[in-house]
Amino acid sequence: MLHVLQVILDAIALGSLYALVALAIGLVFGVMKLINFAQGDYITLGAYSLVVPSASITPPLLFGALPVPAMIFSVVITCVILALATERIAFRPLRNSSPATLLVASFAVSYFIQHVTMLVQTGRPKSVGIGSQLANAVEIAGLRMPGVQILTMGVTLALLIGLVLFLKKTPLGVQMRAAAENFEMARLLGIRADKVIALAFVISGGLAAAVSMLLVVQTGTLDLRMGLMPVVIAFFATVIGGIGSLSGAALGGFLVGFVSVLLQTYLPADLRPSRDAFVFGLVILTLLVRPQGLIVTSAAKERV
Amino acid sequence: MANLAATLRAAFVLAWPVLGLLLMMAAGVLIVSSFGSISLQRTLTEGLIKIVTVVGLYIFIGNSGVISFGQTAFMAVAAYASAWQTCCPGLKPITMHGLPEFLIRNSIPIIPAGLISILLSALVALIVGLVVMRLSGLAASIATLAVLFILNAAYSNWDSVTMGVSSIVGLPTYVTPWIAYSMAAGAMIVAYLFQISRFGLMLRATREDEVAARSVGLSVFWLRLIAFVLSGIVMGLAGVLHAHFLGTISIDTFFLNLTFITLAMLVVGGTRSLFGAVAGVFVVMTVIDVFRRVESGVDLWSFKLALPAGTQEVILAMVLLGVLIFRPNGLTGGRELTWPFTRSVTRSVDSMEKKRGHVGGKPAR
Repeated sequence: MLHVLQVILDAIALGSLYALVALAIGLVFGVMKLINFAQGDYITLGAYSLVVPSASITPPLLFGALPVPAMIFSVVITCVILALATERIAFRPLRNSSPATLLVASFAVSYFIQHVTMLVQTGRPKSVGIGSQLANAVEIAGLRMPGVQILTMGVTLALLIGLVLFLKKTPLGVQMRAAAENFEMARLLGIRADKVIALAFVISGGLAAAVSMLLVVQTGTLDLRMGLMPVVIAFFATVIGGIGSLSGAALGGFLVGFVSVLLQTYLPADLRPSRDAFVFGLVILTLLVRPQGLIVTSAAKERV
Repeated sequence: MANLAATLRAAFVLAWPVLGLLLMMAAGVLIVSSFGSISLQRTLTEGLIKIVTVVGLYIFIGNSGVISFGQTAFMAVAAYASAWQTCCPGLKPITMHGLPEFLIRNSIPIIPAGLISILLSALVALIVGLVVMRLSGLAASIATLAVLFILNAAYSNWDSVTMGVSSIVGLPTYVTPWIAYSMAAGAMIVAYLFQISRFGLMLRATREDEVAARSVGLSVFWLRLIAFVLSGIVMGLAGVLHAHFLGTISIDTFFLNLTFITLAMLVVGGTRSLFGAVAGVFVVMTVIDVFRRVESGVDLWSFKLALPAGTQEVILAMVLLGVLIFRPNGLTGGRELTWPFTRSVTRSVDSMEKKRGHVGGKPAR
């Protein structure tokens, strides 16, 4: 019984992490039909901003050396600036292009950021010890949970709730949802396109910063590809959830996280390394049953 | 008599977009293989194999307007299949003991092995296509990305057959510039015949306006599936060539980097024409090769210039972005190479296409 509860908690922790990334992707997709591959590189760069750029594999800390609130602030600012810069330089000139063009462009932006980071930081993984005191397990009512996991769950759930409140209750949030629903109509009603799109990128940068710090605390390593897996999984989450639907994106993220953890636990040991292959296979099967995703929106169907 | 001459002339004009490219490429291969250095000849062969790859991408992406990230997976399928049949008889029982008994004991001659490998990649493309082509454009793109990841995860962990993430070394290397050239020619002819065929034209109609195409009774699913499988066949050929050019394969060479570079080639040249696919390979290979040489250091008059490793990729990304922003239809603008001394039907179609723009799908709202 306890074991099952443990698995469920694991699944919630991972699922909420994926949900955060999926929401970032979904928000940007909503306002400009861009599936942003570079989201993963915001995460990577945010993580790398914790250390001083160098070729060393145990580099001295940069933002990571600051007190925790200042560290969080600096990383968030870094990611937000990066996200806004990519929007301004790469995506704004392409705003009227087809989604396929935008997808290729974001692939290029991702490749660019990844290799600039590699030029500065070299391609070797690095180790960084932040929040290692959180690795100790905490025991709550017979459940042993690593502190990191409690942190992840707390942060992601708080961010999710905050984001939902923002989107539902504030004027800006309502504008964003309106824009995600029907961008043209929203503009006709006086919503400023530049503002809404910039806001989407600011939020996606902020979420990337949160995810990057959580990943670093969890794994203690920096890797050029650390943002790749969360983002690819978030892609699939948004597609499963129904492309263009924000609640669908969050739901999809949770589902993929749950399935990953369940497969990790219950798959025969020799198949476990291929877990991701099964997760992605399930993605395709889900799409077969519900090609439009779980929550169908008007964005899913091309209008004449 | 006049009729026959006119027919021949029309056939010539119709064939020119591919014939002209082949003639130019032949001249290039002739010059480089007679006078070029060894390293230039290797770059040439690599470029010709890239043409097979990008033409394979073009058959699906160019005609359907749906971006696919999964085609390099079919290269991997064929490359590994060819390695199982032709590689390292001494090592197979130890490193690849999970293979069928027959394959462990025997090697298959390279040509039938290549054909079987291509057949296998076509089969995989068919199975994948049956599932993925049911999805709408953008969801299909994401699903093809899933296919790439699935294959990568499976082959990376299927140790007893693929040796996991380690390289398989010692495949027979038989790909010379001229062999690569003739294979590229074959791929281009197949692509061109497909695009002027009934199915190719119908598929292009679905690309221009899916709703209108459906309304006249075209099945988007079947048309895309046909192109997807044909693309899978050509990608399989590219995989076999790649394997037997380098003599070594590993699963990570068929992952995001190769996907990005080949897609960049297609987009830089222009996704909507065969000319674009070939020109894109030429331009991007030139950029890559020049910067690869500069990265390893060149003597520039008195001082030695060496850029840090990774510059080439950064430049490539900037080239791709620049083309997307300033020439969204690619350098060729989606036009085919047309015979310059006549007014042809294709040219007027192209000028119509030119007005529309963008990599694929509908222009923006």
